[in-house]
Amino acid sequence: MLNFLARRIVQLVPTLVFVSILIFSLQHLLPGDPALVMAGEERDPAVIEQIRKQYHLDRTIPVQYAYWVANVLSGDLGESLRIKVPVLDLIAQKLPVTLQLAAMAIVIALLIGIPAGIISAVKKGTAWDYGANLFALWGISTPNFWLGIMLIFLFSIKLGWLPASGFVPPSENLRASLASTIMPAFVLGNAIAAILMRHTRSAMLQVLESDYVRTARAKGLSERSVILKHAMRNALTPVITLGALELGTLLSGAVLTEQIFSVPGFGKLIVDAVFNRDYAVVQGVVLVTATVYITLNLIADVAYILVNPRLRG
Amino acid sequence: MKFRRLTMAAAAALLSVLFFLAANAQAQTTLRIGLAEDPDILDPTLARTYVGRIVFSALCDKLFDIDEKLNIVPQLALGYDSSADGKEMTIKLRPNVKFHDGEPLDAEAAKYSIERHMTMPGSFRKSELASVDHVEVLDPLTIKLVLKTRYAPLIAQLTDRAGMMVSPKAAKAAGDKFGLHPVCAGPYKFVERVQQDRIVFEKFADYWNKDNVFVDKIVYLPIVDSTVRLANLKSGSLDLIERLLATDIKDVRADANLVLSTAPDIGYYGLTINIGNDKSKGPLSQSEKVRQALDLSIDREAINQVVFNGEFTPGNQWVSPTHPYYQKAFPLRPRDVEKAKALLKEAGVKTPVSVDYMVPKGTEYEAVAQVVQAMAAEAGFDIKIRVVEFATTFKEAQSGNFQVFQINWSGRIDPDGNSYIFLHSGAPQNDGGYSNPEADRLMEDGRLTSDPAQRKAIYEKMTGIILNDEPIIYIFHRTLLIAHTSKLEGYRPMPDGLVRVVGLKLK
Repeated sequence: MLNFLARRIVQLVPTLVFVSILIFSLQHLLPGDPALVMAGEERDPAVIEQIRKQYHLDRTIPVQYAYWVANVLSGDLGESLRIKVPVLDLIAQKLPVTLQLAAMAIVIALLIGIPAGIISAVKKGTAWDYGANLFALWGISTPNFWLGIMLIFLFSIKLGWLPASGFVPPSENLRASLASTIMPAFVLGNAIAAILMRHTRSAMLQVLESDYVRTARAKGLSERSVILKHAMRNALTPVITLGALELGTLLSGAVLTEQIFSVPGFGKLIVDAVFNRDYAVVQGVVLVTATVYITLNLIADVAYILVNPRLRG
Repeated sequence: MKFRRLTMAAAAALLSVLFFLAANAQAQTTLRIGLAEDPDILDPTLARTYVGRIVFSALCDKLFDIDEKLNIVPQLALGYDSSADGKEMTIKLRPNVKFHDGEPLDAEAAKYSIERHMTMPGSFRKSELASVDHVEVLDPLTIKLVLKTRYAPLIAQLTDRAGMMVSPKAAKAAGDKFGLHPVCAGPYKFVERVQQDRIVFEKFADYWNKDNVFVDKIVYLPIVDSTVRLANLKSGSLDLIERLLATDIKDVRADANLVLSTAPDIGYYGLTINIGNDKSKGPLSQSEKVRQALDLSIDREAINQVVFNGEFTPGNQWVSPTHPYYQKAFPLRPRDVEKAKALLKEAGVKTPVSVDYMVPKGTEYEAVAQVVQAMAAEAGFDIKIRVVEFATTFKEAQSGNFQVFQINWSGRIDPDGNSYIFLHSGAPQNDGGYSNPEADRLMEDGRLTSDPAQRKAIYEKMTGIILNDEPIIYIFHRTLLIAHTSKLEGYRPMPDGLVRVVGLKLK
């Protein structure tokens, strides 16, 4: 086991090196000159030269990469060129916001998707089924930005129930925090709810036709307990896995949704950084994301081994 | 039946959650301002964005300010005297002014602030104060700026960030991190900032003009999407928004709870033509007749009506027709397609003249480009619009990778700030590589002359040259559009679009 772990950790190193080179090169493929972007409207040549020097933009790309890696290895992701705040601080500030949003979105998706899937499977061929399918089709095909603006129009402008944008941390005011995130969370969760609904429906249909369900009915169990106690449990296993996979989608979906609702999260951080050519922030955020992703993969691998002894080499 | 009950229960639960979240009303003790972008660093020396200037106007007072008619008025200074040769400027400071940390704003502090702008690494103010050789302290409330050469626009520079005073104690302690917790001498002091979310200020109790400050707290909220910004204003989550879209004007006027405030902008919207850097040597770069033809093909009023609901001001110079330096001897010429065609013929170019037309990405920018394209086509131009992301346009422009570059310049209050850096040979923003020794000389004279009448005469000559050479075709001047709730009183629209918070009241 220890052997396996050591091997996997050693394998991580080339992956991370590759990722870091990829991030760095992709970033430099972005059109435009960061020094010019940072120099502002006046574009004073002296200022531009000073910026190039300060951030080593006057050196070749491999040299710039070496500077960056050296800093990263010493735990310094650099600071935002635009606002002079350390990148790590920015990440620590933004990540919880997006995680809160993602968690709420998943809850909303589960609350809508699974009951809708079960209902449409149980009531197959009825108006309930068509209604749920229509909802799923709508959920998958509705663009985030459109739904976001419509929700703002309805709940903020017409009804005045919810704030149109912004974010309040839960530690400050839980109610205001929920109020400020429920619309973006719904927009994010909506598409996933639709996917979950479809999968729940097909899984339920399969299970409902299986022998043990027939047996359960034959025993004279109520329909309610057949569905909720017997069928649903088995049908939900693949659905839960799918829900977990959709978490990745959530983080990328947050990019657009956060922009619409002005939620100061991870997605907004990276979009603004790209537009402002804030290289240090883009590099830092992508590197952290990649590292988290790779680590999660490692943990998953290890978990498989723990669960399934046959995989231990 | 059971499922129906289940559904009803779910619906009821959802509704109760909504009600629980609803009516999350906030007390109106705070002025909430919606910004179009998140500002950059809040250090007057290192800041460079327009949106940052909006925030500074509550935080950092300047030596001078402007009024609604672009006159320069005292703020932290009481006034100034220029020496006969124009190379020395003596500035008298307002007495009993304190910074937010309680430090006095005296001549030493003013000297420190100006020197910080002039020498700090990465300072964006260096070029604005390039004419200053050194600063002397004459007495505790008087400083003298000793100039290298006469420079008429200097006093105008001191109405903006170059004239902002920072607390020497705080600035020395914080170094280049000063902007994370700025300490100035404005009506409000810094409380906190959450990047991309909010900037919070509170009333400064020892402000020199505190009797005219009525709002306790200001929160700036960057909301990029203009539709969402307006939605927030309508729903009451904001009290004021900047940069309203012209297409939303009707909507604001129709709403009894909202007030639209307009002011003519000091900038311009124009077409920079590549004359000296066009590698393909297209017809526009070769003959002023072709450029004049393009100019004559454009109906400025039609653009104004189609894209901006008639709210903007058509123009043909680098300052708008309402500006004191507008040259009435050169009024707007009406569209004349026949003359444009004749000019193209005279120039001997083959029509249609193909034009690589670069425009930054954005609804309004692209709409203007399309209207120009359609109009110019009638005169014999085949405009190929190339939409480029804003941050990339700088590089493309500097590399000369365009034939026409449609840009908007936010404007400076002195006419020099709208002309020299774009039109003088080798100037940093002269992307089209325009060079005319006579125009160069006039622009230099404009900088050396402080007498308004003489200066105006100099710029009149220059306007004649520029309107003939057409290195930039000026099209119109924006109207600054700010919308606020009717609860906000005392808002004065200013030609620089910056929100002056002194005097504002919330009902």
